[in-house]
Amino acid sequence: MRTVLVSAAALCVIASGAAAQDNVHARNLAASCAMCHGTDGRGAGGFEPLAGMPKADLVRKVIEFRDGKRPATVMHQIGKGYTDREIELIAEYFSTRRR
Amino acid sequence: MKRTFDRREFLKLSGAAAALALAGCAGSAAKARVVVVGGGYGGATAAKYIRLWDPAIEVILVERESAFVSCPMSNLVLGGFTTMDRIRHGYDGLRRHGVQVVHDDVTAIDTAKRTVKLARGADLTYDRLIVAPGIDFMFGEIAGYEEAMNAGRVLHAWKAGPQTAALRRQLEEMRDGGVVAISVPLVPYRCPPGPYERASQIAAYLKKAKPRSKVLVLDANPDLVSKGALFKRAWDDLYKGTLEYRGSARVVGVDARTMTARLEVEDVKADVLNILPPQRAGDIAVRAGLATAGNRWCEVDWMTMEAKAAKGVHVLGDATLSAQGMPKSGSMANQHGKLAAAAVVALLNGQAPDPSPKIVNTCYSMVSETEAIRVSSVHAWDADQKTLIPVKGAGGVSSARSELEGRYAWAWAENIWQDTLG
Repeated sequence: MRTVLVSAAALCVIASGAAAQDNVHARNLAASCAMCHGTDGRGAGGFEPLAGMPKADLVRKVIEFRDGKRPATVMHQIGKGYTDREIELIAEYFSTRRR
Repeated sequence: MKRTFDRREFLKLSGAAAALALAGCAGSAAKARVVVVGGGYGGATAAKYIRLWDPAIEVILVERESAFVSCPMSNLVLGGFTTMDRIRHGYDGLRRHGVQVVHDDVTAIDTAKRTVKLARGADLTYDRLIVAPGIDFMFGEIAGYEEAMNAGRVLHAWKAGPQTAALRRQLEEMRDGGVVAISVPLVPYRCPPGPYERASQIAAYLKKAKPRSKVLVLDANPDLVSKGALFKRAWDDLYKGTLEYRGSARVVGVDARTMTARLEVEDVKADVLNILPPQRAGDIAVRAGLATAGNRWCEVDWMTMEAKAAKGVHVLGDATLSAQGMPKSGSMANQHGKLAAAAVVALLNGQAPDPSPKIVNTCYSMVSETEAIRVSSVHAWDADQKTLIPVKGAGGVSSARSELEGRYAWAWAENIWQDTLG
């Protein structure tokens, strides 16, 4: 039987349907944050950089902002626009970005 | 790491899309071409993000100007608190992402032949087109406007650039004791809080440099249309006696010779007339037949930003007929750019667009040299209404104006400039 070689890089492109869709949705949700926190979470300063932040840390911070348990000027209002699931997707995305 | 796949299994798994993606990974010929018309907050962001998310797509951005000049923060040039240099940015950042930036004028769009005509360069064909032309003005709505503007007497400075610098000069040259009239058109217009920020900035300058002078805001709307309570509080605290606001005061004509703004019921004389005409989608969008809402704004499918008028054409930013609760802002245009980029990348790869987009607006207004106020909102896809709507309970405004918000305003600017162009 003939075979073809597939590199690891190509394998990542052809990840299974649901996971790939989740990844794209996470990427798209996270892109909104980039306006203030920088493209892929690497910002120009002034706001907390998100690239490479451990997932659990970012989830906890956003949920604390959302629930009024952490002082904020804006993130308490933006956090309320996101579900727990969406916050997890976004945090997962930023945790895998290089700093 | 290498792995062996049965060819049939491989094809079943991946189909033609993977073959294309492989070609992309290998950096070979482009799989498709996207042309972007307009390099502002919407168009530049879309161009950059398409290249980030699929480098196998060729992106050509056509922009008339050689540099980007930011409308956000341009009111601080009028206040004398920043410079044109600080709000001007080049396009080299986009070039580093592989965006081909062409400085030319788009003269026509043929959506049937999928072709863009340029004033100087050869025609460009496209697989998908992104139209982000910003606004143009309905000068005819104000009698005498174009003549007065062409004479350099009356300015809008509502596209940051030469008029911003010219308006600053008018303010510097004005006598102490003079009146600066700023008019606001009926909504919708670009940057709802912008005129009130401008009034604040000019008042801050006059109070310091020409304390006998006045700013008069002539608002066609019955009351402030954005951050009203916060602006009124700032004006009361900081600019009492310098800044006067009049609602339901629509300017219908100007006379440059006598420096008069004609309202529906009275005439107002001023030393500096900064008259903002009513606005519509940029000329090229109107000429291309994309402005399906009253020949003024472009209706789009908010899941993909695709125009109602033409398949394969996406319209972004201020040119769109805004969805419910959505301001015409640089922030929103940046988010439109990403929404469109994601949809274009998916569609060009034979995939369905993200079925539940969600985007954020955050706008700061500087009410003095150092203090700012802010408004934010989150906009989510609603499957029943098939549009983006504001998420209930999310968003809001600053609790009060502050220097901390002022520092965040500048951080917002530096970050969005980098995210859009860097």
